[in-house]
Amino acid sequence: MEDLSFQHKARGRAGGTRRSAIIGVVASGNLEVLVERVLPDAECQLEIKTAAVGFGPVWDAVVADFVERYSPGGLKFSVNDGGARPDTVSLRLAQAVRLIEEDGQ
Amino acid sequence: MTAPFKQPLQSAERVRTTSFYEASARTRVELLLDAGSFVEFIGPEMREVSPHLKIFDLPEQFDDGIVVGRGRLDGSPVFVAAQEGRFMGGAFGEVHGAKLIGLLRAARDITSIPVLILFDTGGVRLQEANAGELAIAEIMRAVMEARSAGAKVVGLIGGRSGCYGGGGLIAGCCSALAVSEQGRIAVSGPEVIETNRGVEEFDSRDRALVWRTMGGKNRRLLGAADVFTDDTVQGFRDAAVALLGAIGPFGLDRLKAEQVRLADRLRSFGTCADAIDIWAAEGIAHAEQVPDLPADQFISLANQIGRTSRDAR
Repeated sequence: MEDLSFQHKARGRAGGTRRSAIIGVVASGNLEVLVERVLPDAECQLEIKTAAVGFGPVWDAVVADFVERYSPGGLKFSVNDGGARPDTVSLRLAQAVRLIEEDGQ
Repeated sequence: MTAPFKQPLQSAERVRTTSFYEASARTRVELLLDAGSFVEFIGPEMREVSPHLKIFDLPEQFDDGIVVGRGRLDGSPVFVAAQEGRFMGGAFGEVHGAKLIGLLRAARDITSIPVLILFDTGGVRLQEANAGELAIAEIMRAVMEARSAGAKVVGLIGGRSGCYGGGGLIAGCCSALAVSEQGRIAVSGPEVIETNRGVEEFDSRDRALVWRTMGGKNRRLLGAADVFTDDTVQGFRDAAVALLGAIGPFGLDRLKAEQVRLADRLRSFGTCADAIDIWAAEGIAHAEQVPDLPADQFISLANQIGRTSRDAR
């Protein structure tokens, strides 16, 4: 297992009022993303635990691209990864933002 | 900018069309219960993860592979637990088991709220061997205590990991079971039997053999499952509502009736070498065609056979 941590400045606050959301399952080639609205509006944080060791630079690129596209300000992402490919990671992160921006608790 | 997403289907339509087999544990719970009624206990944000997986350098899941909580079914309160069959095969670990035990004990203490268990499991999580085995024993005890106190415990089985190992034992303790064709129920899985008894005993690569032995159709025809449903969340929802309405009180008489039912079953079919022999012995014409029957035709056939455990369990 490898633990990775990323801090980013976001252009703006993520929409919606939900406090948290979760998407995905930890399985081979899959991952879960728990997203929580716990940070100041301009900040974004990702804590990743991955079964695939040695892919820090790939995560760095995927995360930077994600923050640039979705501006997830105020959100902390906690990821448990079972060795997902970068495209799956991008999809799950996008789903997590979409979920927490929905109406609901 | 947020990319455009397809609008989600309206809720009722989603319940009707969503495959129970394909859905995640969370989606099953969300769609099975009345819309918006589910409240989770010990949710993922509490991060009650397995204390054992780290030792094996394996990834954790925030809910340890089981979603538990309360909600409403057709307007009435229910407790619900759903295993996630894709995380470590839905296997029972220490935390995973403790969440289900707590739910069952709440049902025991309240007595009027039934429990729905959405099984999707290969059995005990091998990395947590002793803790997992203990969890199975404690869950079985908790099921019987809840039932003795008056709470109904219904198992719904239609997930990709089936219901194997200790999960099969717990299912055997429930008040009633609903199953789809994909929802296999057994204790030893195909590979386990083949490894221990040889390929002549059970060829695990013979998928047709696996399905007709452990699959939902045979379990329904044997009376091990009370209701057979098509693989939709709506089907399981309807089955759960029907079973909760049909289950009678639990006591010594019912246990004795269950013993009689199982002894009868063994007497009637103990010498059968294959599920097809059992179905033929039950009087089903063209027994060899049962695996190919579509769900609606199979359900009417099963209702004619009528072998359920209405008075037993």
